Amino acid sequence: MSGPGEYGDAPEIAEEMMAGFRRTPRGVSARFTPAQAGIIRSLAGQLAELVGGPGAAEAPAGPQAGPDVPSQAADGPLVDLAAILDDAGPPAAPPEDPVLARLLPDAYGDDAEAAGEFRRYTEQGLRSGKVAAARTVLGTLPSSGGRVRLSAGDAEAWLRSLNDVRLALGVLLGITEDYESELGDVDRADPRSAYLQVYDWLTYLQETLVRALH
Amino acid sequence: MSVAPAEVERPGTGEVVVPDTPWVTIVWNDPVNLMSYVTYVFQKVFGYAKPRAEKLMLDVHHKGKAVVSSGARETMERDAEILHGYGLWATVSHDR
Repeated sequence: MSGPGEYGDAPEIAEEMMAGFRRTPRGVSARFTPAQAGIIRSLAGQLAELVGGPGAAEAPAGPQAGPDVPSQAADGPLVDLAAILDDAGPPAAPPEDPVLARLLPDAYGDDAEAAGEFRRYTEQGLRSGKVAAARTVLGTLPSSGGRVRLSAGDAEAWLRSLNDVRLALGVLLGITEDYESELGDVDRADPRSAYLQVYDWLTYLQETLVRALH
Repeated sequence: MSVAPAEVERPGTGEVVVPDTPWVTIVWNDPVNLMSYVTYVFQKVFGYAKPRAEKLMLDVHHKGKAVVSSGARETMERDAEILHGYGLWATVSHDR
């Protein structure tokens, strides 16, 4: 796990853009530059497409997954029916893509058959919940940036989607628990450098959001 | 396969005791999930008080994993599904 890191005590004089989320009487709030909004929107959109397939980021927002029921978005007669019709099929295999494998993990570490059964009944709901959360981010963050105010439900979706994006970047960047000590050692010419900075910023942003909600 | 807990009659008392069901949900450590976020998720999903949620989070962090809930297999699978929704690395097991 990752600790609070060097941004744990952002000085009050820090630019509001770097202050992350804070709690206000009208919900949690943060201000983003157009560049920051562009980065988050791009990553949330890519995540939605990776998890939900091409076009998932553009499709109209479906029912929101509730904070306590992440798979709610996939509930419904068609999904139930699909599961019943699929009952005779083989257990689903875990994704080969390492990012997807982390986002949609096996629930049984040493029992491939049980893991496949679990996956067959839960994976679609899990994917739908992650797509819905990413769409909430896209729907509440203007590409021009600016002030964002989030309801409790939208903030919860942001929290989960920021985490999903960080999980994906973490796999791609080979993030370890000591990544912060490595940040300064990465050559700026290293193509990972810019993404490590983005990862670090998103870590800070998520930390401020957890604190604002907690 | 689900194992139904056998009812055991304790001699002498006449009480029916249901042994602990052996299924557990385990959360594994990973380098990305924030400690504050994991604590938040344990409070939110299980309704645990903050001290208990923090202790479980620290167990995950320091020991590499922690049992976060126990009960019937179906309940544990539901817990794992919800935790996967939050991006935590959760598995179901009956032999911890």
